[in-house]
Amino acid sequence: MSAEPLTVAVVASLIREIVLPNAAAPSTIGAPTIEEETHTKEALDVPWQVVVHNDPVNLMSYVTMVFQRVFGYPRDKAEKHMLEVHHKGRSILWSGMREPAELYVQQLHGYLLLATIEKVS
Amino acid sequence: MEIRRRKNQIEISELDPFLAELLRQIPVCTKTEGAPAAEQRIFSPPINGKDTELCAEWKMYVEPELRRLFETATQTVGADLEQLNGNEKSLSNRTLRIPTKHADAWLSALNQARLVIATKNNFTELELNDHLRSPIGSRRDLSLFQVNFYGFLQEFILREMD
Repeated sequence: MSAEPLTVAVVASLIREIVLPNAAAPSTIGAPTIEEETHTKEALDVPWQVVVHNDPVNLMSYVTMVFQRVFGYPRDKAEKHMLEVHHKGRSILWSGMREPAELYVQQLHGYLLLATIEKVS
Repeated sequence: MEIRRRKNQIEISELDPFLAELLRQIPVCTKTEGAPAAEQRIFSPPINGKDTELCAEWKMYVEPELRRLFETATQTVGADLEQLNGNEKSLSNRTLRIPTKHADAWLSALNQARLVIATKNNFTELELNDHLRSPIGSRRDLSLFQVNFYGFLQEFILREMD
Protein backbone atom coordinates (compact mmCIF):
# COMPACT_ATOMS: atom_id res chain seq x y z
CA MET A 1 0.00 0.00 0.00
CA SER A 2 1.44 3.29 -0.97
CA ALA A 3 0.65 6.44 0.99
CA GLU A 4 -0.51 9.57 -0.79
CA PRO A 5 2.37 12.03 -1.02
CA LEU A 6 2.05 14.79 1.63
CA THR A 7 1.65 17.87 -0.48
CA VAL A 8 0.50 21.33 0.59
CA ALA A 9 -2.87 20.65 -0.99
CA VAL A 10 -3.34 17.42 0.96
CA VAL A 11 -2.37 19.06 4.25
CA ALA A 12 -4.73 21.98 3.61
CA SER A 13 -7.53 19.55 2.84
CA LEU A 14 -6.87 17.60 6.05
CA ILE A 15 -6.88 20.78 8.10
CA ARG A 16 -10.18 21.83 6.59
CA GLU A 17 -11.68 18.45 7.47
CA ILE A 18 -10.39 18.45 11.01
CA VAL A 19 -10.79 22.07 12.01
CA LEU A 20 -13.69 23.12 9.84
CA PRO A 21 -15.73 19.97 9.13
CA ASN A 22 -18.60 21.96 7.66
CA ALA A 23 -16.48 24.48 5.91
CA ALA A 24 -18.54 24.11 2.82
CA ALA A 25 -21.72 25.20 4.62
CA PRO A 26 -22.19 28.87 5.40
CA SER A 27 -21.06 29.62 8.92
CA THR A 28 -23.61 30.87 11.42
CA ILE A 29 -21.13 31.08 14.31
CA GLY A 30 -20.23 34.59 15.26
CA ALA A 31 -16.85 35.79 16.31
CA PRO A 32 -15.79 34.27 19.60
CA THR A 33 -16.29 36.39 22.68
CA ILE A 34 -13.06 36.91 24.47
CA GLU A 35 -13.75 37.20 28.16
CA GLU A 36 -11.38 39.23 30.17
CA GLU A 37 -10.30 37.47 33.33
CA THR A 38 -11.24 39.46 36.40
CA HIS A 39 -10.30 39.10 40.04
CA THR A 40 -12.44 40.04 42.96
CA LYS A 41 -11.04 42.43 45.51
CA GLU A 42 -10.85 39.55 48.00
CA ALA A 43 -8.85 37.35 45.64
CA LEU A 44 -6.39 40.14 45.08
CA ASP A 45 -6.07 40.53 48.83
CA VAL A 46 -4.86 36.97 49.38
CA PRO A 47 -3.11 35.88 51.46
CA TRP A 48 -3.80 37.03 54.98
CA GLN A 49 -2.65 35.24 58.08
CA VAL A 50 -4.02 34.68 61.55
CA VAL A 51 -1.42 35.41 64.21
CA VAL A 52 -1.71 34.55 67.89
CA HIS A 53 0.44 36.59 70.26
CA ASN A 54 1.94 35.62 73.59
CA ASP A 55 0.01 36.36 76.73
CA PRO A 56 1.46 35.42 80.12
CA VAL A 57 -1.96 34.94 81.70
CA ASN A 58 -3.56 32.36 79.43
CA LEU A 59 -2.67 28.81 80.47
CA MET A 60 -0.72 26.66 78.03
CA SER A 61 -3.26 23.84 78.27
CA TYR A 62 -6.07 26.32 77.61
CA VAL A 63 -4.37 27.77 74.53
CA THR A 64 -3.79 24.25 73.18
CA MET A 65 -7.47 23.40 73.65
CA VAL A 66 -8.52 26.60 71.85
CA PHE A 67 -6.29 25.81 68.84
CA GLN A 68 -7.76 22.31 68.66
CA ARG A 69 -11.30 23.64 68.81
CA VAL A 70 -11.00 26.62 66.48
CA PHE A 71 -8.75 25.14 63.80
CA GLY A 72 -9.52 21.45 64.30
CA TYR A 73 -5.82 20.75 64.75
CA PRO A 74 -4.69 17.48 66.33
CA ARG A 75 -3.24 17.87 69.80
CA ASP A 76 0.43 17.65 68.76
CA LYS A 77 0.02 20.36 66.11
CA ALA A 78 -1.92 22.57 68.52
CA GLU A 79 0.81 22.10 71.13
CA LYS A 80 3.51 22.95 68.59
CA HIS A 81 1.78 26.27 67.84
CA MET A 82 1.16 26.94 71.52
CA LEU A 83 4.87 26.44 72.27
CA GLU A 84 5.79 28.69 69.36
CA VAL A 85 3.59 31.42 70.83
CA HIS A 86 5.15 30.84 74.24
CA HIS A 87 8.79 30.84 73.11
CA LYS A 88 8.77 33.15 70.09
CA GLY A 89 5.99 35.50 71.13
CA ARG A 90 3.73 34.68 68.17
CA SER A 91 2.65 31.94 65.84
CA ILE A 92 0.91 31.94 62.46
CA LEU A 93 -2.06 29.65 62.84
CA TRP A 94 -3.69 29.94 59.45
CA SER A 95 -3.39 31.79 56.17
CA GLY A 96 -5.80 32.41 53.35
CA MET A 97 -8.50 34.86 52.38
CA ARG A 98 -9.30 37.82 54.56
CA GLU A 99 -12.91 37.01 55.43
CA PRO A 100 -12.30 33.59 57.02
CA ALA A 101 -9.18 35.02 58.67
CA GLU A 102 -11.35 37.65 60.36
CA LEU A 103 -13.79 34.96 61.47
CA TYR A 104 -10.96 32.94 63.01
CA VAL A 105 -9.74 36.01 64.89
CA GLN A 106 -13.27 36.64 66.12
CA GLN A 107 -13.45 33.07 67.46
CA LEU A 108 -10.04 33.40 69.11
CA HIS A 109 -11.13 36.65 70.77
CA GLY A 110 -14.17 34.76 72.01
CA TYR A 111 -11.70 32.57 73.89
CA LEU A 112 -9.84 35.70 75.04
CA LEU A 113 -6.65 34.99 73.11
CA LEU A 114 -4.61 37.85 71.67
CA ALA A 115 -5.04 37.33 67.95
CA THR A 116 -4.76 39.55 64.88
CA ILE A 117 -4.93 39.27 61.14
CA GLU A 118 -1.93 40.33 59.09
CA LYS A 119 -1.35 40.63 55.39
CA VAL A 120 1.44 38.32 54.29
CA SER A 121 4.33 40.57 53.39
CA MET B 1 -10.47 21.75 99.55
CA GLU B 2 -11.13 18.69 97.44
CA ILE B 3 -12.02 18.70 93.80
CA ARG B 4 -13.22 15.71 91.86
CA ARG B 5 -15.39 14.66 88.95
CA ARG B 6 -18.66 13.00 89.92
CA LYS B 7 -20.68 11.80 86.93
CA ASN B 8 -21.94 14.95 85.21
CA GLN B 9 -20.61 17.34 87.81
CA ILE B 10 -17.37 18.75 89.05
CA GLU B 11 -17.55 18.78 92.81
CA ILE B 12 -15.49 21.15 94.91
CA SER B 13 -15.94 20.11 98.50
CA GLU B 14 -14.40 21.15 101.81
CA LEU B 15 -14.35 24.75 100.56
CA ASP B 16 -13.27 26.95 103.43
CA PRO B 17 -14.93 30.38 103.75
CA PHE B 18 -11.89 32.17 102.29
CA LEU B 19 -11.80 30.12 99.08
CA ALA B 20 -15.60 30.22 98.85
CA GLU B 21 -15.39 34.00 98.99
CA LEU B 22 -12.77 34.04 96.20
CA LEU B 23 -15.10 31.94 94.07
CA ARG B 24 -18.03 34.24 94.82
CA GLN B 25 -15.93 37.12 93.52
CA ILE B 26 -15.48 35.65 90.02
CA PRO B 27 -18.39 37.56 88.38
CA VAL B 28 -17.34 40.87 89.96
CA CYS B 29 -13.73 40.34 88.92
CA THR B 30 -14.70 40.06 85.25
CA LYS B 31 -15.91 43.67 85.20
CA THR B 32 -13.72 46.08 83.27
CA GLU B 33 -15.55 49.31 84.16
CA GLY B 34 -13.12 52.02 85.17
CA ALA B 35 -10.13 50.00 83.95
CA PRO B 36 -9.38 50.98 80.34
CA ALA B 37 -6.35 48.68 80.15
CA ALA B 38 -8.44 45.69 81.17
CA GLU B 39 -11.17 46.69 78.70
CA GLN B 40 -8.51 46.94 76.00
CA ARG B 41 -7.19 43.48 76.88
CA ILE B 42 -10.59 41.78 76.88
CA PHE B 43 -11.61 43.51 73.64
CA SER B 44 -8.28 43.57 71.85
CA PRO B 45 -7.96 45.01 68.32
CA PRO B 46 -8.19 42.53 65.40
CA ILE B 47 -5.24 44.00 63.58
CA ASN B 48 -1.96 45.68 64.44
CA GLY B 49 -1.35 49.03 62.83
CA LYS B 50 -3.80 51.48 61.42
CA ASP B 51 -6.70 49.76 59.72
CA THR B 52 -9.21 52.16 61.18
CA GLU B 53 -12.00 50.85 58.96
CA LEU B 54 -11.65 47.28 60.25
CA CYS B 55 -11.29 48.46 63.85
CA ALA B 56 -14.41 50.60 63.56
CA GLU B 57 -16.40 47.71 62.06
CA TRP B 58 -15.06 45.39 64.74
CA LYS B 59 -16.21 47.76 67.48
CA MET B 60 -19.63 48.08 65.91
CA TYR B 61 -20.38 44.47 65.02
CA VAL B 62 -18.00 42.06 66.74
CA GLU B 63 -17.51 43.61 70.16
CA PRO B 64 -21.20 43.56 71.10
CA GLU B 65 -21.29 39.85 70.20
CA LEU B 66 -18.23 39.15 72.32
CA ARG B 67 -19.67 41.20 75.17
CA ARG B 68 -22.86 39.10 75.06
CA LEU B 69 -20.82 35.89 74.95
CA PHE B 70 -18.78 36.87 78.00
CA GLU B 71 -21.80 38.11 79.94
CA THR B 72 -23.71 34.89 79.28
CA ALA B 73 -20.78 32.84 80.60
CA THR B 74 -20.51 35.05 83.69
CA GLN B 75 -24.25 34.78 84.36
CA THR B 76 -24.07 30.97 84.17
CA VAL B 77 -21.21 30.94 86.65
CA GLY B 78 -23.03 33.44 88.87
CA ALA B 79 -26.05 31.16 88.97
CA ASP B 80 -23.89 28.15 89.92
CA LEU B 81 -22.24 30.20 92.64
CA GLU B 82 -25.58 30.83 94.32
CA GLN B 83 -24.99 27.48 96.02
CA LEU B 84 -22.45 29.31 98.15
CA ASN B 85 -24.85 32.06 99.22
CA GLY B 86 -26.76 32.20 102.45
CA ASN B 87 -25.46 32.01 105.97
CA GLU B 88 -22.60 34.28 104.91
CA LYS B 89 -21.06 34.44 108.35
CA SER B 90 -20.84 30.70 108.81
CA LEU B 91 -17.32 29.38 109.09
CA SER B 92 -18.31 25.92 108.01
CA ASN B 93 -16.95 24.49 104.80
CA ARG B 94 -19.08 24.40 101.70
CA THR B 95 -19.50 22.27 98.60
CA LEU B 96 -19.93 23.60 95.09
CA ARG B 97 -21.22 21.42 92.28
CA ILE B 98 -20.61 22.57 88.71
CA PRO B 99 -22.54 20.77 85.96
CA THR B 100 -20.05 19.63 83.30
CA LYS B 101 -22.25 21.26 80.65
CA HIS B 102 -21.28 24.58 82.28
CA ALA B 103 -17.56 23.84 81.89
CA ASP B 104 -17.11 26.22 78.93
CA ALA B 105 -18.84 29.04 80.81
CA TRP B 106 -16.56 28.46 83.79
CA LEU B 107 -13.45 28.42 81.62
CA SER B 108 -14.52 31.71 80.05
CA ALA B 109 -15.45 33.45 83.30
CA LEU B 110 -12.30 32.27 85.06
CA ASN B 111 -10.22 33.46 82.13
CA GLN B 112 -11.96 36.84 82.03
CA ALA B 113 -11.39 37.28 85.77
CA ARG B 114 -7.72 36.25 85.56
CA LEU B 115 -7.05 38.62 82.67
CA VAL B 116 -8.83 41.55 84.29
CA ILE B 117 -7.10 41.06 87.67
CA ALA B 118 -3.68 40.61 86.02
CA THR B 119 -4.13 43.70 83.85
CA LYS B 120 -5.42 45.87 86.69
CA ASN B 121 -2.43 44.87 88.83
CA ASN B 122 0.00 44.99 85.93
CA PHE B 123 1.49 41.63 86.93
CA THR B 124 4.72 40.71 85.20
CA GLU B 125 5.35 37.31 83.63
CA LEU B 126 7.90 36.69 86.39
CA GLU B 127 5.30 37.30 89.09
CA LEU B 128 2.72 35.14 87.37
CA ASN B 129 5.19 32.26 87.18
CA ASP B 130 6.44 32.64 90.73
CA HIS B 131 4.58 29.79 92.34
CA LEU B 132 6.85 29.83 95.38
CA ARG B 133 5.89 33.38 96.33
CA SER B 134 5.59 33.97 100.05
CA PRO B 135 2.17 33.85 101.71
CA ILE B 136 -0.35 36.64 101.21
CA GLY B 137 0.88 39.85 102.79
CA SER B 138 -0.70 42.56 100.70
CA ARG B 139 -3.64 43.29 98.43
CA ARG B 140 -1.36 42.63 95.46
CA ASP B 141 -0.35 39.23 96.87
CA LEU B 142 -4.00 38.39 97.35
CA SER B 143 -4.77 39.31 93.74
CA LEU B 144 -1.91 37.13 92.54
CA PHE B 145 -3.16 34.26 94.67
CA GLN B 146 -6.61 34.78 93.16
CA VAL B 147 -5.19 34.58 89.61
CA ASN B 148 -3.35 31.37 90.48
CA PHE B 149 -6.34 29.82 92.28
CA TYR B 150 -8.60 30.51 89.29
CA GLY B 151 -5.88 29.09 87.03
CA PHE B 152 -5.79 25.91 89.12
CA LEU B 153 -9.55 25.52 88.65
CA GLN B 154 -9.19 26.10 84.92
CA GLU B 155 -6.53 23.39 84.72
CA PHE B 156 -8.76 20.94 86.55
CA ILE B 157 -11.77 21.68 84.34
CA LEU B 158 -9.63 21.34 81.21
CA ARG B 159 -8.29 17.99 82.38
CA GLU B 160 -11.79 16.74 83.06
CA MET B 161 -12.98 17.83 79.62
CA ASP B 162 -10.13 16.03 77.87
